[in-house]
Amino acid sequence: MGSRGSLGSGAKEPIEPEPFEPNEPNEPHEPTLISNLLLFGRVLRAAGVHVHRERMVDAIQATEWIGVRSRADVRATLSALLVHRHEDLALFNEAFDLVFRAHGSSELKLPLFSLGERARIVMRRGAGAPQRLDVESESTESNAASAAFAIGAYSTVEVSRTKDFADFTAAELEAARRLMLRMHWHPGVRRTRRWQRATRGDIDMPRLLRTNLMRGGELIELPRRIRRQAPRPIVMLADVSGSMDRYSRMLLAFASGLTRSARQVESFVFATRLTRVSRFVSAATGYRVVSRMVRDLHDWGGGTRIGEALRTFNTTWARRVMRHGPVVLIVSDGWDRGDPQLLVRELSRLGRRCSRLIWLNPLLGSAGYEPLTRGMQAALEHIDDFMPAHNLSSLEDLATHLQRLGRPQHGDHRHT
Amino acid sequence: MSHAPLAIPPSVDALQEALGREQYIAERALAVSVYLALRLKRPLFLEGEAGVGKTEIAKVLAAALNTSLIRLQCYEGLDVGQAVYEWNYPRQLLEIRMIEIARDLDRAVAAHELFTETFLIKRPLLRAIEETRQRAPVLLIDEIDRADEEFEGYLLEFLSDFQVTIPELGTIRATEPPIVVITSNRTREVHDALKRRCVYSWIPYPDFEKEYRIVTAKVPGASERLARQVTAFVQDLRTADLYKAAGISETLDWAAALVALDRDVLDQHVIDETLGILLKNQEDIDAVRGERVGAMLARVLA
Repeated sequence: MGSRGSLGSGAKEPIEPEPFEPNEPNEPHEPTLISNLLLFGRVLRAAGVHVHRERMVDAIQATEWIGVRSRADVRATLSALLVHRHEDLALFNEAFDLVFRAHGSSELKLPLFSLGERARIVMRRGAGAPQRLDVESESTESNAASAAFAIGAYSTVEVSRTKDFADFTAAELEAARRLMLRMHWHPGVRRTRRWQRATRGDIDMPRLLRTNLMRGGELIELPRRIRRQAPRPIVMLADVSGSMDRYSRMLLAFASGLTRSARQVESFVFATRLTRVSRFVSAATGYRVVSRMVRDLHDWGGGTRIGEALRTFNTTWARRVMRHGPVVLIVSDGWDRGDPQLLVRELSRLGRRCSRLIWLNPLLGSAGYEPLTRGMQAALEHIDDFMPAHNLSSLEDLATHLQRLGRPQHGDHRHT
Repeated sequence: MSHAPLAIPPSVDALQEALGREQYIAERALAVSVYLALRLKRPLFLEGEAGVGKTEIAKVLAAALNTSLIRLQCYEGLDVGQAVYEWNYPRQLLEIRMIEIARDLDRAVAAHELFTETFLIKRPLLRAIEETRQRAPVLLIDEIDRADEEFEGYLLEFLSDFQVTIPELGTIRATEPPIVVITSNRTREVHDALKRRCVYSWIPYPDFEKEYRIVTAKVPGASERLARQVTAFVQDLRTADLYKAAGISETLDWAAALVALDRDVLDQHVIDETLGILLKNQEDIDAVRGERVGAMLARVLA
């Protein structure tokens, strides 16, 4: 099962005779080892590490080759075969220590059940140890605030397109959230390096030769090709600090809507720290998970340090998520308690690496608002668009704006 | 063409030793992963920051196993024509003209003869498969995260079958699977389906002892004192909050540069002057140069 031949459909090689003696010759696995390994697989799964069944077979085989005398070797063996994400390594080590304690195969079963009992959500951070948040399952959710969001309860509510989100009732919020999930987003396109056949464009030399060779080298067809286009990725950095409290809920809905509609969306939330929430936002129930997570974060209600959050993004995440000239959306009211100099520096760096830097500020919607906070003023000269995001109408404007962006050139479209 | 099977080291220790003979100091965990990849005949998937020796392991492995290394550098838009094979159209056209001048062949026959191995440009994946007829090579698929998802899909198929079908010629199969080493800098997530087929290893930055051993092994001109200072400084520098930390290759370059400058000890002046070898980002250099270099140097010399 674990051999390579079983993976492909064709060209199976004959299974080779084992060329080596195992490290521990003629010593069949003790049943306790195998059951411990299987148990370990279950612990890993319960902890949220995706363990493929085939890999367990490999793991059992491999421990036989490597031998079980060295704990470090067993750890390395299992991690090489069962882990395939760097983020999972910390969890793996934790689980390994739990299952393969110095002695005690008999006491193993106890901690497992408690592990498996509830769904665990692991929040991954770029630096430092992963922070684990226990998230209760949907059915046990009894929080008063979330109860107001019961499914289907408010489907008939009319939502005003120009009313400020901050003035929404819970019913209106829910209706608007649903509306937002249905919105369509087209963040412009970029030219990829791949070719596709076309009726116009450059002459497709390889194809020209190939097709016409078959006809003895006469030029009968003149195939053409153009660079394929792909939608631009979107990166969203949302401020969830105390001052944004009234808007955060809608922002999360906005993020889920965006994630469902556009192809590549990465979302992050920040207040004093930056946290990646992409995978939760995209899930069907992710909205609830993220809003709970945001509440659980000590960040919630704390001050905002936009500069530091952007720095974390630039140093830890930018290399991984800023590919293919994305459109970056920063959603914040600009109330910054951090260093404005740092904000400017990181913002200019961010601006140089994306095709469009858009700052959405809910306060921009209120009459008489002037971006007077130091942070906001400093930011203005580095961003491409400064737009409101306080009601449905403003988000619709954003959608139109994104669509109109089409294919901007890198770097030369800045306005100040 | 006779087939000579690879002699795979019989144990992790033997493998570690063989890598050591090629001046590669592998951590135990990495050695175990490499060993398992060889035994299970699965691709080895290496992730880690830039410059920690991911590519190097493939080269060293090829040398240690006494086989050839075939390298496929990935980039966006990499397609079958660049990765597997391509017909040499200019040569084929030329051939047609020659045939026309000679006028002694009818065109149907000519077209048939135009699609033979003579006109085939073999790219790394096809070469790796052909090479297995003599001896399984090490196939290095470097920086897979640079290639796009379309290529990843193709690779998935290639890695499970190890065969290439050329419509005009037929199917070419590998005698035995080549030793595949895939590296990624994690500029994007590689699909799980691909990683699942591989033995995974994360290569961290080395600790002081390991890096010191690497420096002394690779830069023999450096005195023990310089090697210690260089290593300690780089280790300290990595803890600084920078956009891009220095990798092992940077450490080695720096040590070699200091040797070339006839330096035996570090001082503030020479560090400031050669900082560009360690840090490749102007903002990082500006952030560190001067005061912070001084503080780090003081810690190193303490």
